[in-house]
Amino acid sequence: MELAKVDAIIDRYNNDPTALLAIMQDVQDEMRYLPREAVTRISQKLSVPVARIYSMATFYTSFHLEPRGKYTCTVCMGTACHVRGAKRLVEQLERDLAIPSGKTTADLLFSIEEVNCVGACALGPLVIINGEYNGNMTSDLVSKKVKQIKSQEGGA
Amino acid sequence: MTVKFTINGVPVEAEKGESVIDVARRYGFEIPSLCHHPAVEPYGACRVCLVEISKGGRKKMTTCCNYEVQDGIEVVTDNEDIRRNRATVIELLLAEAPKAKAIVKLAEEYGIHKSRYEKEGDPVAQMHDGCILCGLCVRVCTEVVEVSALNFTGRGDKRNVGTPYMETPQNCIACGACAYVCPTDCIGFEEENGVRRLKKWNRELPLAKGEDGRPFAPQFQLWYFTQKAGLDKDFYKKGGPGSR
Repeated sequence: MELAKVDAIIDRYNNDPTALLAIMQDVQDEMRYLPREAVTRISQKLSVPVARIYSMATFYTSFHLEPRGKYTCTVCMGTACHVRGAKRLVEQLERDLAIPSGKTTADLLFSIEEVNCVGACALGPLVIINGEYNGNMTSDLVSKKVKQIKSQEGGA
Repeated sequence: MTVKFTINGVPVEAEKGESVIDVARRYGFEIPSLCHHPAVEPYGACRVCLVEISKGGRKKMTTCCNYEVQDGIEVVTDNEDIRRNRATVIELLLAEAPKAKAIVKLAEEYGIHKSRYEKEGDPVAQMHDGCILCGLCVRVCTEVVEVSALNFTGRGDKRNVGTPYMETPQNCIACGACAYVCPTDCIGFEEENGVRRLKKWNRELPLAKGEDGRPFAPQFQLWYFTQKAGLDKDFYKKGGPGSR
């Protein structure tokens, strides 16, 4: 755990406790989740109780307290995507990666996430992989994407 | 600066910044509430202190614990409309905490004997375990005791009161202020065999003995108090309130 990175982020905000949310976001951008050591460090440097940071981190669904995969597969579950079979895409991902939705693979390569609507309904069903929007997805295409990333990462 | 307004038609005076509930109670008007305590900031969570406030010919129903006094407002603390709305709120609270004495008593005053919303084995009610999320424990721990061992966690139907990472809070001094203010008695404060226990937070601290040899208060709590109040570190050993 590189606490130096956390320190650098906190310094960038001049140890300002009102910037807590922004600091948490930046730390998460850096590490993909909020490690416990980082939460403790932020608490100490900003003089904000851990209980308050934990409260905020559990309030916003975009914060994660457990390690996340290098690739996050976000499946849109909005109405338009839902009627076009978004649930099947989630199930396909769950099968391919052998993890339940919302969790991360043991090799920290993939996480599956469901969101309610990303506002690109015309492209539904959608799977967003690390910010890249893949529209008109099918289970086959999702599987292909996952395989492609796996081989790219040198895995099996 | 003095603010003048009326409560149930009676002219009253208050200081700027006061809340309507405090002024009303000072003048002897009864307003029920569960989440209000003068020692902490108002939060407006329990919704039981609903009153009607008219301002410039407009009338609205609102909680009065977090309503700041204003010149010329007309407050009504009791009428059929208010009672009906309070009754609904109380019935919902009763479903969350059917065993809480304060809520059962309030419900009876409003003619409710059994909540229609109470459901056997409801997972959300089970998670809350008698807690109505009024936030008094959180506010007391943060604002008065200044330990901040607790806070709200989650959101929506997962919202709860808890400790960071749902672990035993190591900074908790087991002072019991949270259990003292809790309107539903859902925290569980126990003292036996020289140990103080706060059940909900799973915190246990051995009690230090006073001069008479009887268990008195956790050493950690006494240490915290001496630090906070700038007392001599042996304050509780010689002639302090613990050495009765």
